[in-house]
Amino acid sequence: MFDPLIHLLDPLRRWLGSLVGLGEGWPLHWPDWALPKLTGAVEEKLRSQPTDEADMPSAGSGRPAKGLDLSRWFNLEVIAPVIVGILFLVGWEVAVRVTGVPHYLLPGPILVAQTLVRDWGTLFPSLLITVQITVVAFLAATVSGLLVSIVFTQSKWIERSFFPYAVILQTMPIVSIAPLIIIWLRNNTFAAMVVCAWIVAFFPILSNTTLGLNSADHNLLNLFQLYKANRWQTLIYLRLPSAMPYFMGGLRISGGLSLIGAVVAEFVAGTGGQRAGIAYQILISSFNLQVPRMFAALILVTGLGILIFVSLSALSDRVLGKWHESAVRREN
Amino acid sequence: MPAPVITLNHVSKVYSNGTVALQDMNMTIQEGQFVSLVGPSGCGKSTVLRLVAGLGHLTTGSIEWGKNLEKDAPRGEPKLAFVFQEPALMPWATVMDNVRLPLKLAGEPKPKADRDVLEALQLVGLRGFERSFPRELSGGMRMRVSIARALVTKPQVLLMDEPFGALDEITRSKLNSDLLELWQEKRWTVLFVTHNIYEAVYLSNRVVVMAARPGRVVADIPIDAPYPRSEDFRTSSLYNNYCREVSARLQEAMHGSAQDPYLRPPSAGRLR
Repeated sequence: MFDPLIHLLDPLRRWLGSLVGLGEGWPLHWPDWALPKLTGAVEEKLRSQPTDEADMPSAGSGRPAKGLDLSRWFNLEVIAPVIVGILFLVGWEVAVRVTGVPHYLLPGPILVAQTLVRDWGTLFPSLLITVQITVVAFLAATVSGLLVSIVFTQSKWIERSFFPYAVILQTMPIVSIAPLIIIWLRNNTFAAMVVCAWIVAFFPILSNTTLGLNSADHNLLNLFQLYKANRWQTLIYLRLPSAMPYFMGGLRISGGLSLIGAVVAEFVAGTGGQRAGIAYQILISSFNLQVPRMFAALILVTGLGILIFVSLSALSDRVLGKWHESAVRREN
Repeated sequence: MPAPVITLNHVSKVYSNGTVALQDMNMTIQEGQFVSLVGPSGCGKSTVLRLVAGLGHLTTGSIEWGKNLEKDAPRGEPKLAFVFQEPALMPWATVMDNVRLPLKLAGEPKPKADRDVLEALQLVGLRGFERSFPRELSGGMRMRVSIARALVTKPQVLLMDEPFGALDEITRSKLNSDLLELWQEKRWTVLFVTHNIYEAVYLSNRVVVMAARPGRVVADIPIDAPYPRSEDFRTSSLYNNYCREVSARLQEAMHGSAQDPYLRPPSAGRLR
């Protein structure tokens, strides 16, 4: 009658066995569910860890040969930062309670979590506004960066004439020009913020892609010349694919920067009402000394930033996966 | 009497920094010849190849193409193919797509191009690797892909710039004999640049020795050994004699042009 229970406990027993170092006889066999497919840096890290277990003829295991298995989660590289995180949160909470710091100075993590849940109704819609600004600015930066870099590589003179101005655009601190842009586009705050975020996000894509388009293998360029390829053939079949890793690198930088640009623009604009972004919520909370709410909003912005980075890394891996060194898994 | 395919008339090339890469070079290459250019680095042997391929401009002189060749382009040259020292493959494209490139650039319809590509891969012994990516292949196989890409246009003239220079000795000699077999079958005119005397003598029916500073021809040695040349040829006394002769001329060439003490061959100065 305990059979079902044993079925349930058996994997747990074996897993614990592997944790306490009885690995040889106790390989980890988690039940049939595989982990969701991870992408980007995390996946790379997890997959590149060859386990002895994989080479062993593990008798009687129902484990599928392919896919991630759970043991990789439980290596030190993954556990250590998680433990640090938990210890930090616990220490924070304890410190706040022991010292009795008022929560308008430093709220404990539990209060922050409660506030996040309580104010979800106002914070999340604001986050969506920020997402809109970020995404529109990022797409604009991607398209314009790509097009301008293509124009640059058509002629050395165009590049030499215009590149310094792109640099100037980049070096102007966004905080100092944001008010100007907001004044110019005072009828359309959304557009003003998109422009601010675009200015920040544009340059990395431009400079990376220009570098990439110019770094096509010179032998291949000669080959294209020998076979009388025209300008567009060279661009489409050689320069653009060569630039792809650089372009992807630019995207990853610009993704984060467009969020920063959006947040800065919101701060400067200080726009409330129906279309208030998450940065405005942070600003308002600070005015009202609602520090737990500030923390909650901060968590949302950070989460958004991480989400952007992870999705762009995944995109990069997907596009470059088959051929580029950065994305190729090596077996040595 | 074979017809001349490429004629270099008083060809000179001076680079913009003042380096005289070639000075007054004259050479006629007959149809179906396998000509090797041998010389120390900096003697302009690669420059000759690039000028023949139309990559770069002559400073003076002219390059003329044979009269009775199937013409391909406004410059009036026959179908050329170039093999670089590096395989120069597109890492993002499969073997199939890499080899198809010249046909794609020429706007050939895909079904016909695919047939030609498979044929070229067959020639270099790479059938079955159509869908591989360059990074999945060994150095020798990448070079074979590069050669297949050159052959896919069915060229009349094959220009090879130290194609096997970066390969290990075993792979190199295998590719040498495979190339020779193909050449006997297809009879392209080959201009082959190498710094390896043994390779040059084994492959060619004519070895042109060049000297540096300024780049010029110092010897033109016909290799009168019958094809097919088996592996035994590599150990025959005929082969050894030719290697010795080319080597001697090369030493002379370097000796004569050694104004630069660092370029002096070991026999020229005593060790102090």
